[in-house]
Amino acid sequence: MPDQLIFGMEVFLNGLMAGVLYALVALGFVLIYKASGIFNYAQGVMALFAAMTLVGVMEGQVPFSHLINAVLGTDVHHFGWHLPALIGILTTMAVMVGLAWLVQKIIFKHLVGQEPIILFMATIGLAYFMEGLGDMMWGADIKKLDVGLPQGINIWIDETTYGIFGYGFFIDNLDIVATIIAAILVAILVAFSQYTKQGRAMRAVADDHQAALSVGVSLNFIWVMVWSVAGFVALVAGIMWGTKSGVQFSLSLIALKALPVLMLGGFTSIPGAIVGGLIIGVGEKLFEFAVGPLIGGATENWFAYVLALIFLVFRPQGLFGDKIIERV
Amino acid sequence: MFYREAGDFKTSYQDDNQTFPIKFDRYRYYAVLFAAFAVIPFLVNDYWVNAIFLPFLIYSIAAIGLNILVGYCGQVSLGTGGFMAVGAYAVYKLMTAFPDVSFAIHVVLAGGVTAIVGVMFGLPSLRIKGFYLAVATLAAQFFLVWLFNRVPWFYNYSASGQINAPVRTVFGVEVTGPTAEPWAVYLFCLVFLTLCAIIARNLTRGSVGRKWMAIRDMDIAAEIIGVNPLTAKLSAFAVSSFFVGISGALFFGVYLGAVEVGEAFGINKSFLVLFMIIIGGLGSIFGSFAGAAFLVLLPVLLKNVLVSGLGWPTDLAAHLEFMIVGGLIVTFLILEPHGLAQLWRVAKEKLRLWPFPH
Repeated sequence: MPDQLIFGMEVFLNGLMAGVLYALVALGFVLIYKASGIFNYAQGVMALFAAMTLVGVMEGQVPFSHLINAVLGTDVHHFGWHLPALIGILTTMAVMVGLAWLVQKIIFKHLVGQEPIILFMATIGLAYFMEGLGDMMWGADIKKLDVGLPQGINIWIDETTYGIFGYGFFIDNLDIVATIIAAILVAILVAFSQYTKQGRAMRAVADDHQAALSVGVSLNFIWVMVWSVAGFVALVAGIMWGTKSGVQFSLSLIALKALPVLMLGGFTSIPGAIVGGLIIGVGEKLFEFAVGPLIGGATENWFAYVLALIFLVFRPQGLFGDKIIERV
Repeated sequence: MFYREAGDFKTSYQDDNQTFPIKFDRYRYYAVLFAAFAVIPFLVNDYWVNAIFLPFLIYSIAAIGLNILVGYCGQVSLGTGGFMAVGAYAVYKLMTAFPDVSFAIHVVLAGGVTAIVGVMFGLPSLRIKGFYLAVATLAAQFFLVWLFNRVPWFYNYSASGQINAPVRTVFGVEVTGPTAEPWAVYLFCLVFLTLCAIIARNLTRGSVGRKWMAIRDMDIAAEIIGVNPLTAKLSAFAVSSFFVGISGALFFGVYLGAVEVGEAFGINKSFLVLFMIIIGGLGSIFGSFAGAAFLVLLPVLLKNVLVSGLGWPTDLAAHLEFMIVGGLIVTFLILEPHGLAQLWRVAKEKLRLWPFPH
């Protein structure tokens, strides 16, 4: 087998893994969009915020220590404890639920019935606010996140592929774990929305707000719940990306990676988010591998967008999106 | 008391159609122009020009441009930073290729180049709408920044990948480069802003502007009553990008002087200009000024109060600025979706009857 093809296969597999992570972020978007018609730009910042909170809680950092020190002239920074990952995750989840409640209570309750684009811009404002808040609470330095996920090259795949092709594939253990967790998460979400009472209510709201309201579904509760679930998805995504490349500002940019995924897959479709994520993940890695060196590299920044843009011109609702019907 | 139309009789159609029909408004407008052109240039020093006036003037041009697209035509764009970069690199290429031509002509040509690029990226707007389009314009943002970063022709093969503005003159007066006088750069940008504002105001008052607004309010209905969406949308993209390109050219040539594309024209720049028009007021030329002034002054103010006044570290002030800007955006969208311009309008309505409301 020619070398190029084998490298290509390795790139393809890595692209698939990256795609799963994109899909994970995109899922958070789809959930909120389906239930409330809000296109939540702040999803990426939520992931960053969740990861920061997790690190802060586990390390026992004092929230707002920077601010407190600057105002009161004290010198506090740590409580001096180290918590196990599980407690940290549970605490962070509680924080994300609280945040979801606040976001619904303070912002989106007042914006019900506004045009989607206004809601979108409100989430951009929310993203800025949370970015500032996160940095203010926990500091802007790059943090290391370690919740005990395995990392490093997977020896088994390396040796097996070496035996077959005479070249060992480099596949990170973390990527494999992330893929498995993402798959489990998707399964849980699907089961939740299909087989539980709240899930059914959520789908009802997604289908028709008015009708859901008239049969006694509490919109407020559903929206808080959906934002909490999105917060949970953000937490999982934040843990994965944070473990991979440290908890830092660039983490919030994964939202920008997820946007083309959504456009490709359609904003309203969970399968669309997954398939779109895989296509984008594989597509950008293969494009960078095959064409990148010819035109200067670092094509990952824009390839996904241009692909989605070209695709949209032919199919404006995305792969699995609901057909757009326009009336005067 | 002062602000009323009573007694201000119009005797011709021309009078009736003027931009500022109320006398007080008109005099205020002349007074502002007079102050801006004939008073401020004698007072400014280096700090005022570089910290406040230049960014305000340049961002105002960008905000007017984006307001035409978003506020008047309803096509949300997140690619402003990318289009500003096109203006900057176009003016750089022109400056270095034709050193003897006046810099003012370069700036206008750079705007023209940006208009062409803007139309190209505006083409998808005929198929996709709403935030699908907003996200699609992100493609322009990322692609253009990448292009200027990676293709050496654009930065003349310089080793650092930066572009640096050489010294260029307008009517024999230096306007770019480190030795340019503060009053010269101020006036140069002010002339461009004034012209852009007048053009924009009149375009939006005329038939083109009405078509844009029809498309914004409901594009299908507009199409049915005979507005051609192709020309309306693409002309909005062209005019908007033209202004944004001019502001990018001035931002690089006059204000910064040296630019690294990812830093100066990144996605944050797109959001900054978008925030300006949200806070200032969508669909209002005055709002573009107000928003630009607000978001230029806010960081300066915060820095002066928090860092110099209270002695906070600068990074804390920066975080607080993020929170305040984000909070303000949300607040404005909830309380006053039409921004500062609407507050101004309400104030004017109140003033018409003040102090005798009956």
